[in-house]
Amino acid sequence: MRIPTGVSAADFSAALTAFTRVVGAEWVFTSDADVDLYRDAYSPLAGQPDERRASAAVAPANAEQVQAVVRIANQYRIPLYAISTGKNLGYGGSAPAYTGSVVVDLKRMNRIIEVDEANASVLVEPGVSYFDLYNHLRAIGSKLWIDCPDPGWGSVVGNAIDRGGGYTMANYRNHFESHCGMEVVLPDGELLRTGMGAIPGSKTWQQYKSGCGPWVDGLFSQGNYGIVTKMGFWLMPEPEAFLRCTVRVPRYKDLIPLVDTLNYLENSRIVTGFPDLATPLLGYPPTGQVQLYIEGTAAYPMTDEHKALLAKADQGYSPELEAYGLAHDIPYWELWVSYYGPPEVIDAQWQASQRRFAKIAGAQFKVIDRLTMPVDLTKIDDYHEPELGVPSLRAFSIGARTPYNPSPSKGHMWFSPIIPRTGEAIFEANRVFSAAAKELGMPLFQTFSMPACFWERSFIFILATPVTTDPATNRKYLAGFKKLIEIGGQHGWGEYRTAPVFQESVMDVYSFNNHALHRFHETLKDAIDPKGILSPGRYDIWPRHLRKKAP
Amino acid sequence: MRQSVLLLAMAIVPTMAASAASPDGAAVYDKWCAPCHAPGISHPGTQALKAKYPGEWQGVLRDWKELTPDYVRLTVRQGISVMPHFRKTEISDAELDALARYIARKP
Repeated sequence: MRIPTGVSAADFSAALTAFTRVVGAEWVFTSDADVDLYRDAYSPLAGQPDERRASAAVAPANAEQVQAVVRIANQYRIPLYAISTGKNLGYGGSAPAYTGSVVVDLKRMNRIIEVDEANASVLVEPGVSYFDLYNHLRAIGSKLWIDCPDPGWGSVVGNAIDRGGGYTMANYRNHFESHCGMEVVLPDGELLRTGMGAIPGSKTWQQYKSGCGPWVDGLFSQGNYGIVTKMGFWLMPEPEAFLRCTVRVPRYKDLIPLVDTLNYLENSRIVTGFPDLATPLLGYPPTGQVQLYIEGTAAYPMTDEHKALLAKADQGYSPELEAYGLAHDIPYWELWVSYYGPPEVIDAQWQASQRRFAKIAGAQFKVIDRLTMPVDLTKIDDYHEPELGVPSLRAFSIGARTPYNPSPSKGHMWFSPIIPRTGEAIFEANRVFSAAAKELGMPLFQTFSMPACFWERSFIFILATPVTTDPATNRKYLAGFKKLIEIGGQHGWGEYRTAPVFQESVMDVYSFNNHALHRFHETLKDAIDPKGILSPGRYDIWPRHLRKKAP
Repeated sequence: MRQSVLLLAMAIVPTMAASAASPDGAAVYDKWCAPCHAPGISHPGTQALKAKYPGEWQGVLRDWKELTPDYVRLTVRQGISVMPHFRKTEISDAELDALARYIARKP
């Protein structure tokens, strides 16, 4: 059995006994085989001495048991690490930031406490997955949609507090911003409700987000100031119809007005669905459709001449390649836009969109899908399910074995800096990161990388770094990944989310005024969690006694 | 209309609870395996098995005749390729036994 550093065997044993009294022996895990189930399945350090590993796990069934576990941890100074459904693959999985932590596994807390159809909101516990919520809403005949990330087995709460994103309207696909109200167990075991939930007998906990006074919800996302035990979310009412169209523009530089026009249209709520960028001339599909292309149903065909020009292009551009595209009617860029709403409204929005995009010389327009709701689930395979409010695991085809990928890697780590939502930023990010990746020997780029439009006013320039079975290769990629973080910081870019193994490097980029933000995080940590028991090291926030002693 | 669904939510729990007397292997399969291993192109597990073992079999886990219960148990707890391992709060030992028997068609 592993014992947390600095904790005596007697204290650890006493704490485990106390945990058992709270949750029952069945829900305290101490054997190596059981604790191994809390390892990160995609760890680049798997089997290495510095792989971050838990010492035990405890699985409470409700907030009261979480409070009791936290109080015991304070008594014996046991480091805890809270997880929801424990997926988070590519961002650290269910493994702790600090080796020796006892994982507080919230998967058993799987109640959907309330569905408010009129307010279009839900209140859920951390163990509820997107599949669970979707199935439940359908079972009760609700007309509410979920907004989910690609892997539907993730936690609705966990994804939001790790600040994940989805694929419907902008105000729903930012999962943290779509939340309304939290219940949190603080590091001393106290129970807190945020927003209007702080009013006893509140009638508006899921109606109004901020309550009165400082709005503290952000402290409980990507932090270690509390364990979220309930969280409210606003959901999207099922639309009457869905319309998806493409805007194709012919020239390399057209990307700049294409993105600018899209931004105007989405910020004005004229384009309402997930916008997605593709490049037929370079052969790269839209982010949300990648799996459909990997499955081989929609790949861009290319002649040998086209492939040869592509191979000679510099970061996706050469005058000859552009001329080839113009001569053969293959657009440089293809923007997928979509609309949710009544048919007459979305048709008018599409018309207004075309009028704006038509200012780009040579722009071409096409309607791809026109669907009425509810979704015909017998045809769901033809679409990227999350854009229609349906959870799936389909995106794992990106990493799994397919004819396209006969030798899959063991996993991946997401390098995901936020860049401005402009065409110029896409060009610059490609220039900077492709040169860096080449120098570092990182297999991240084929020709050109397109960003994802999860957020309204920024792109995520997301790149998958493979995890292999060879420790030396993984070490090389790990070092390269950290270098990319540093290079991003030098250009004013930073990650939106990262695995524990990179959290120190990422937070180091957020260094304005001699790391004022990090120092503030530490000040809060000392005040809220003086014994430093809760998720030490998460997002590089260490308690006083562990600072600069990261494993 | 404010609809409290607490009772409905709780009703979901007993079918999957680890302490259930005799877990239903088919239900465990439908919840935990089918999202990746059901028939069709949108299920990566099915596509991966089909790519790894070309032939008449279409890669659907439930139809894999050579699987043994022990291999199912091992794979669920250790993971394979990009499929992660599953914790006991997700699939309990009793549920895993039922699942292994269900997939391997053992009584």
